[in-house]
Amino acid sequence: MSVQNKISQQFPTAQIEEKSDRLIVSINAELLREMAVMLYNDKELRFDFMRSLTGMDWGEAGFGVVYHLESTEDIKRQLELKVVIPDRENPFIDTVSDLWKTALLNEREVYDYFGVIFIGHPDMRRLYLRSEWKGFPLRKDYVRAEGLDMTNEEPDDSTVTWYRDKNGVPRSRRYNLFESGEYVVNIGPQHPATHGVLRFRVSLEGEFLKKLDVHCGYIHRGVEKLCESMTYQQTISLTDRLDYLSSLQNRHALCMCVEKAMGLELSDRIQYIRTIMDELQRINSHLLFFATFCMDLGALTSFFYGFRDREKILDILEETTGGRLTMHYNVIGGVEEDIHPNFVKRVKELLAYLPYALEEYRKVFTENIIAKNRLIGVGHLSREDAISFGATGPTGRGSNWACDVRKRIPYGVYDKVDFKEIVRSECDSYARYLIRMDEIKESMRIIETLIDNIPEGNYREKTKAVIRVPEGSYYTAVEASRGEFGVYLESRGDKSPYRLKFRSTGLPLIAGIDTISRGEKIADLIAIGASLDYVVPDIDR
Amino acid sequence: MEVGKTKKKELVKIKSIPYKDFKNNDYLEEMVRELHENGVNVVVGALDEAINWGRGNSLWPLTFATSCCGIEFMSVGAARYDMARFGLEVARASPRQADFIMVAGTITDKMAPVLKRLYDQMADPKYVIAVGGCTISGGPFKHSYHVVKGIDQILPVDVFIPGCPPRPEAMLYGMMQLQRKVKLQRFFGDVNKKEVSEKEYEERMKRDMTANS
Repeated sequence: MSVQNKISQQFPTAQIEEKSDRLIVSINAELLREMAVMLYNDKELRFDFMRSLTGMDWGEAGFGVVYHLESTEDIKRQLELKVVIPDRENPFIDTVSDLWKTALLNEREVYDYFGVIFIGHPDMRRLYLRSEWKGFPLRKDYVRAEGLDMTNEEPDDSTVTWYRDKNGVPRSRRYNLFESGEYVVNIGPQHPATHGVLRFRVSLEGEFLKKLDVHCGYIHRGVEKLCESMTYQQTISLTDRLDYLSSLQNRHALCMCVEKAMGLELSDRIQYIRTIMDELQRINSHLLFFATFCMDLGALTSFFYGFRDREKILDILEETTGGRLTMHYNVIGGVEEDIHPNFVKRVKELLAYLPYALEEYRKVFTENIIAKNRLIGVGHLSREDAISFGATGPTGRGSNWACDVRKRIPYGVYDKVDFKEIVRSECDSYARYLIRMDEIKESMRIIETLIDNIPEGNYREKTKAVIRVPEGSYYTAVEASRGEFGVYLESRGDKSPYRLKFRSTGLPLIAGIDTISRGEKIADLIAIGASLDYVVPDIDR
Repeated sequence: MEVGKTKKKELVKIKSIPYKDFKNNDYLEEMVRELHENGVNVVVGALDEAINWGRGNSLWPLTFATSCCGIEFMSVGAARYDMARFGLEVARASPRQADFIMVAGTITDKMAPVLKRLYDQMADPKYVIAVGGCTISGGPFKHSYHVVKGIDQILPVDVFIPGCPPRPEAMLYGMMQLQRKVKLQRFFGDVNKKEVSEKEYEERMKRDMTANS
């Protein structure tokens, strides 16, 4: 029985729309719980991977939550579940965080943005903004209160959870995340080993970690709200600043999303250039990962090695794009400028050089007994958990989950090149490290295949000065340096998007860090965090 | 400050870069003029010079980065740009040991009190460099509901380095500008002066640090 028939049989009121790449199902909030349990548990459906969870403000129709689901068993099973919450005054909806653990943080994000309360969620606090913050910023009628609150945050570990009483009325209950007498240590937000401004509250039993509570939002810049008041050409400039180590890929995702929605056909040249650039960026990011990862573990020499070689790539990228970090290269309809005349030559030089560098890394760090002792067997993330948390990218592949978007849903010219998806089954920090090192080699292979065959053609297709995307909702994903970076766009046919949501690559990793690090030593938390390789502005957006 | 009297063109010396190659020289000259007006004891002045020579050439930054600019700051510390050449390489993880804070990256509403607290924890004399568009004015996120529109609202800033993110060369230039300022500032007699009341001292600090930068 097809997915469509099954759903319509069980839920006659659900509206089903079939698209080329996915099924769109719209239901009311009351049906959500029943539907979610069926989608997750049914043997024929088994939607076990939640790609993205988006909060919506549909104005008079109420609030909404959009779930993007996929089955890891069959890539063709793609579902977009739209849930409407008609009551604007008291928006309540059931949680699905017990089924898909990635919803643990995503639902808190929706609460933070829209004030939608998830009944049954164990921890209904704000995710990004301070608990004293007034209003819900992504509501369309939000007006920011004046002034800057300069009072220090009080350490507060109490949280609230909602449940339904006998009559079905939602009630709240406050409780403490940590028991009294527990030894709680604060790490961050200003800590050199958290890779930015992330904050952990950690409860310890001697040297071992009992529980970890993540605080985000210290670099929450409100990108999604900003995009709603910008034209499409303006929004693409912000994607570079989310995960600045995948700036080209992020921008690729957004441009691709808009191009697909507009039905714009791109020349082969554009696709080739974009693919090569994405891979260069991936090598760049993984080199930086190597540098910072080793530095966190105390290997300072590796830091200099990594940065030394990264500069070589930056030189190539700079020649063509003009930027070192935020490159602003992809635009809607192509790329900003054609590749530099030296580009091919210099990329080849780089490809000839990198194997020596990698060999050097192997000698200095990979084979190092201290590094091995600190990494092997530390930070175990099982395959089930990786899928449940939606921890894609090298983290997921280190847990034996083949989750590469380049293979799952090929874009660019990835379907034309032969490359291996590196998957390991050790599930520990060392596996995550080795995968990135091997991925550099695969990226080199991809570039090697493509670099001599860049076809002639336009580097930029003509588009209108004012871009209007046809009404509808669109989801596009690319494989960024640290996982699936998705763009969910809802358009009402205006100059600017009605809602633009970025599926963060880092948020699922952060959601899982409690599970990964429980029972490990506090010093290993740094190694685990470094091996996950999150970028905080990408988490906070 | 005898230097100012004898060699007007080279108020402060930065290795390998001539005085005239720096922009914003007038504010340094203004500082020197003020110093002359107030008059400094010869012994104290000479001591000042010696101390400032040491201070200016071993400024220690606080490891502080919130976003993109932080990666460029790391590049400045790494092999190619190598800020160790200017005595700036000892990045400290604790504010107690740092001389200046490079505010690299966007400062949000939630981060602002944390940043202020870090600044308060640093020992005097302390300096602030605002790196990148976000810290100067909010940059591309100026219209956001959760971004501080310029950190000069909460901290006295000595040097602004524009860019998004600034190139490592720009960062080096900015840090050299700070060195020049440090080399001219009075160490005795003002910053560490015991006689002034605390309030006045704070005001002076503020005035000193924001003067024309």
